[in-house]
Amino acid sequence: MEAVFSDFGEYAKAFGLTCGLFLVAGLGSLVWGTFLAALRVGPVAVMRKASAAYVGVFRNTPLLVVFIFVAVALPKIGYSFTFIENVDVGGHHVSGYFFRACVALTLYTSAFVCEAVRSGINAVPLGQAEAARSIGLTFTQTMQEVVLPQAVRAVVPPLTSVLVALLKNTSVAAAFGIAEATAQMKSMNNDHADQRIQIFLLFAVGYIVLVEVLTFSSYALERRWRVA
Amino acid sequence: MSATVLYDAPGPRTVRRHRIYAGVTALALVGLAVLVLWKLNSAGQLAYAQWEVFLTPDYVRVILLDGLLKTLEMAFFAIVFAVVFGVVFGTAKLSEHWWIRSPAWLVVEFFRAVPVLLLMVFVFYLLSVGDGPLSKFWCVVVALTVYNGAVLAEVFRAGVNAVPHGQVEAAYALGLRKGQVMTTIQLPQAVRIMLPSIVSQCVVALKDTSLGYYIVAPGLTAVGKQIYLEFFNQVPTAIVLAALYITCNLLLTALATWLQRRYVGERNPVDTSRVGNMDGGRAV
Repeated sequence: MEAVFSDFGEYAKAFGLTCGLFLVAGLGSLVWGTFLAALRVGPVAVMRKASAAYVGVFRNTPLLVVFIFVAVALPKIGYSFTFIENVDVGGHHVSGYFFRACVALTLYTSAFVCEAVRSGINAVPLGQAEAARSIGLTFTQTMQEVVLPQAVRAVVPPLTSVLVALLKNTSVAAAFGIAEATAQMKSMNNDHADQRIQIFLLFAVGYIVLVEVLTFSSYALERRWRVA
Repeated sequence: MSATVLYDAPGPRTVRRHRIYAGVTALALVGLAVLVLWKLNSAGQLAYAQWEVFLTPDYVRVILLDGLLKTLEMAFFAIVFAVVFGVVFGTAKLSEHWWIRSPAWLVVEFFRAVPVLLLMVFVFYLLSVGDGPLSKFWCVVVALTVYNGAVLAEVFRAGVNAVPHGQVEAAYALGLRKGQVMTTIQLPQAVRIMLPSIVSQCVVALKDTSLGYYIVAPGLTAVGKQIYLEFFNQVPTAIVLAALYITCNLLLTALATWLQRRYVGERNPVDTSRVGNMDGGRAV
């Protein structure tokens, strides 16, 4: 216990990094994944196939192998994204390690975001759109008033589980030089062999709290958007 | 193309426009592929020397036996134990006694919310480091078992609940006991319903065996690391690793689809989309 509490700053900093990875990669994969989903449900066959191929490749590759690609193989051929180290965020410099981890997490998670968004759109019954068209709504009106509001509601539960998985997957960054929570637990385990179980439980609780925050905000969103 | 909620069947002008989009996209994709190949080539990654190791019989044997086979073994043991774990805790969660239900709930929720890698590191330090009783191979298996077991416990519960309630009532009306209802009525039907989800979970377990890399456990990623540290061919190694994993996972997914069609039918009676790891869209 006191191994963590005496070093609580390190514990908090490690979970701060976990949250940072989650926020940057989450935002990135929401944007990129939604774009892929748009291609996936669009009318152009080539775009649909390209997006499906992307999803197929990244969904079946382990995240760790994606990390090897981005953090080990790409720097080898000259793409180490070190330009990011010149960027200044509130007096802190972003490390190349952090950025590469975010790229890997984004590439991987966006495949799952794409599937979640697509399943949300598929959840809207065809009759809804047909009814909207037959009462004379334009394309924009059909989308804004009928299809998208239902699709967005249907997308919240699967998207939440994707984001929860992303939060847990940030732990893989530990293997590639980032001192986030899992790496921090490993180093504390090295230093305090007698308190392993307590250290593990405290780090597990940290993750559980973050996961529950996510899950409960999704429930709140669902409740708020519920129709009748 | 079947009808969709997003747009009407296209008219002749739209069809023409779509053709232009298709052409531009195809050109862009070809351009991207050429660019990637050109970059790889100019970085010397397409040279024969970089790939030679994957064509040398001795190394291929190492990759397949020490790498792929170990990985498949880990995934196999993990999923077998996870099914047992899942059945035990899934049944416990369905119990009528709160003192069985609530500990099972706690265990399942705990292992579902904690990252597998954190579990793996903990198991490694607890049971393997120094002269602990477990080898690294089994550390990976244990971590994957409790995580996937917790997920499967939820799947199992959902599967049992998906069996129509009339079945249970009919069984009680015939005079069967609680245990008999579970083993002869609910379980056989639930397993059929769950089979595709279990195979999908195999994909998750197989992918997660790669995490053994962090605790230097055997498996594909460990062999890959040795190879690229020795031959400095990071890019080809990553490509080969990804290709091997993708092939195995596609085979498993094909199996899951076949099982789904053979035993469950087109409908999807268990909504496990909130249960699985990254299975947001896989169940659909």
